[in-house]
Amino acid sequence: MKVRFRFAKLGKVRFTSHRDLARMWERAFRRVALPLAYTQGFSPRPRVSFGLALPTGAESVAEYLDVELAPGTSADVGALPGRLSPVLPTGIDVLAAAALDVGAVSLQHEVTSCSWLVETSGLSPDELQERVAAALAAGTLVIDRERKGRRSAQDVRPGILACDVDGTTLSAELATQPRALRPSELLVALGGGLEEVRVRRTSQWMQRDGARQEPIRLPSDATGAPHVVRRAS
Amino acid sequence: MTSLWPRIEPILAKVQKPARYIGCEDGALEPVHAPHKVAWLLVYPDAYEIGLPNQGLQILYEILNERPDAVAERSYAPWTDMEAELRSRGVPLFSVDTHRAAGDFDLIAFNLSAELVYTNVLNCIDLAGVPVRAVDRGPEHPLIAAGGHCTFNPEPLADFVDLFVIGDGEEAVSDITEALAQWKAGGRTAGSRQRVLRDLARVPGVYVPSMYDVAYDGERLVSVTPRFADVPERVEKRTIADLNEWPYPKNQLVPLTEVVHDRLNVEIFRGCTRGCRFCQAGMITRPVRERSSEQVRSMVSSGLRRTGYDEVSLTSLSSADYSGIEDVVGGIINDPMCQGSVGVSLPSLRVDAYTVGIATEIAKVRRTGLTFAPEGGTWRMRQVINKLIREEDLYGAAESAFSQGWQRMKLYFLIGLPTETDEDVLGIAELARRCAAIGRKHSGRVTVSASVGGFVPKPQTPFQWFGQATAPNLRAKVNLLKDAVRRDRGVTLKWHDPQATLAEGLASRGDRRMGAVIEDVWRNGGVFQEWSEHFDIRLWEAAMERHGLSIDSYVHRHRTEDEVLPWDHISAGLHKDFLWQDWQDALAAAGVEDCRWTPCYDCGACTGFGIEHVVASPVPPAGGSQGTGQDLSAGGSVPVQLLATKPALIT
Repeated sequence: MKVRFRFAKLGKVRFTSHRDLARMWERAFRRVALPLAYTQGFSPRPRVSFGLALPTGAESVAEYLDVELAPGTSADVGALPGRLSPVLPTGIDVLAAAALDVGAVSLQHEVTSCSWLVETSGLSPDELQERVAAALAAGTLVIDRERKGRRSAQDVRPGILACDVDGTTLSAELATQPRALRPSELLVALGGGLEEVRVRRTSQWMQRDGARQEPIRLPSDATGAPHVVRRAS
Repeated sequence: MTSLWPRIEPILAKVQKPARYIGCEDGALEPVHAPHKVAWLLVYPDAYEIGLPNQGLQILYEILNERPDAVAERSYAPWTDMEAELRSRGVPLFSVDTHRAAGDFDLIAFNLSAELVYTNVLNCIDLAGVPVRAVDRGPEHPLIAAGGHCTFNPEPLADFVDLFVIGDGEEAVSDITEALAQWKAGGRTAGSRQRVLRDLARVPGVYVPSMYDVAYDGERLVSVTPRFADVPERVEKRTIADLNEWPYPKNQLVPLTEVVHDRLNVEIFRGCTRGCRFCQAGMITRPVRERSSEQVRSMVSSGLRRTGYDEVSLTSLSSADYSGIEDVVGGIINDPMCQGSVGVSLPSLRVDAYTVGIATEIAKVRRTGLTFAPEGGTWRMRQVINKLIREEDLYGAAESAFSQGWQRMKLYFLIGLPTETDEDVLGIAELARRCAAIGRKHSGRVTVSASVGGFVPKPQTPFQWFGQATAPNLRAKVNLLKDAVRRDRGVTLKWHDPQATLAEGLASRGDRRMGAVIEDVWRNGGVFQEWSEHFDIRLWEAAMERHGLSIDSYVHRHRTEDEVLPWDHISAGLHKDFLWQDWQDALAAAGVEDCRWTPCYDCGACTGFGIEHVVASPVPPAGGSQGTGQDLSAGGSVPVQLLATKPALIT
């Protein structure tokens, strides 16, 4: 049985890394005695998959985790968020869970874009507004990108699917295919002088039957619920 | 008195591993401070990932926070990138629990587990906004305290630390809290600092260095004497009699980020009487006090359930010596709650086939490499250091391990030991080579790694009089070994930096004059000296020269019997004449048996405290290789071929 979880990462715990997060989840599953399926081999690992890594320091209300339960294990999927949230660190809240088809496509392949809120500093709201307008009007936006230690100049304009400004906060949808565009790279593309103050992923999107949808849709008020947006710090 | 978090948060995006500074561990507390509560900041003066798992600090954290008149928070040495950010923004050292400034606490208490962190202690005091020298502090400053194994020679830090706690801290922290509560209630007025320190100097196990005068005659230390009649001439360590009364930590901290020893740790006994002469921990923590097996089991099962860990380490100085270790290990592995997937690790494995049996029981679940510490390369050497492992014990352990599918074996050795010859050093290569040969009978992929560290003689041990080997001498021994194993398949050699061994020697047996050297090294940028990327011997050598002190005299010189040692006024309970006799026995290559099951040598540890070894079983563990009636005069060597033809030797 495969289960997909949607969870939030808010407050101080956002400074933990993607690897740290994996260990937190493994301990949580053991604490609620929910056995996971393990890989074969000399050092078996639980079958879990996190999809797109969140940069260390960024918050999110749209993180996903797919797990495969140990053979023969069944669970009341609807009750899992309530069981797991209390045994996860403050700031990690499980928002929803859904049973997954065994042959489901991995998050990494299916997610095509993410929505972000990026609080910035360094420019006035008007200056920021101008920069965004100019960037969206540009045909190409070439920045120096680094991947696996190699630097190369790339056009990131096609990756900026949307970008709105509210005060000094950007609300942007950035493509994840063929390669995920990070909020920090968006700021570089908007020109110098901008710094991230706080970054939050608000949605991950996939295309299904021609429509854009989230891997797990939440009840309309879920992400607005006080316990979700509550600052853990 | 407010949280510094809003000023820390923007820094965290700019530093490596920001999770070091957020706290939030499972088990962490957010204690509420109040005027009537004594506020302790417990600091581990090394990186978070080294300090977080420290059990001593976690034990005191819980005990203090359970008291109605105390709160305790934690801090760790900020890494160099974080330190630079803090200094450039004027943000002080802070607690990770509620991100409160270190200067807002009544007491800043350091855990001293290793000497090379001393410069970090000064750095942390400075980052707290407190003058580094005790004499420069006023009523507005917190008291600076230190505890841990290194305090058995407190003198190198005597200029910087207001009070030291010698020995077990469980009870001492309560006595100190009560003294400080009065100080606090009195408003910490001018002059009150001296009064509270005078009061603290009378608390058993507390050493207040400013209450003592030190006299020298040229290079030689002549005396350390109390300045007042009510201050003890000799400070005796604190010892808790019954470990079962202290089932701590009850809520071991579960870090959110990667740390060393990232697993459940349950202390199964304290103290050790094997009598290894190089081992400071074994000498200063006597007598042996076992935790009952029922309490061990319940701490393990509640700990696993609460933390979600899948590995537990049963900690002590020699865990296979615990009475009924097999039952405890079996109980954990077969506990249905553990779902058959909990790994158990036993640090400091004894070297014999019996122990491998336990290890293999554990490995039904998960198989890691096996680590043994023969420490010396020949039987003669091991008699000198009283680590009485026979070669057949080691080969039996190797046969047992490799035949049961283990692939990696790690062997720890010391070099630069008293009376050591090239033959003793080459014996290390020989042992490793033979173990690898045993392994190859079972698998072509077996590796044996020999790790050699330079020996640093430690205070309060029989080797406290020994002149430490020089760095060039240690390097020559390493080279000898490198040549010896060059052609050996399956044997790898690792060694410690001989220069770091030298610096550790300076800090270990220094007197009060070493304080100026430590301060000098720190002022010249020497922090994180136990990290090879930051260690710099030139800082230490230059500081010694600037202060007119001789490295040879402090490190390499043999001490004499009549000499006043810098730590003579600090007592671990061991009689000096017992230690001297044991030193003479060492030089004569004579071993002594484990006193847990044999007559008392009157080392002083039990009689002095009116308590005895607390051992659940009157008989030694099966298969024990020391103190079990074996003939200690016959160490001998068993050719590896013999093992191959007579497997009956191996049980």
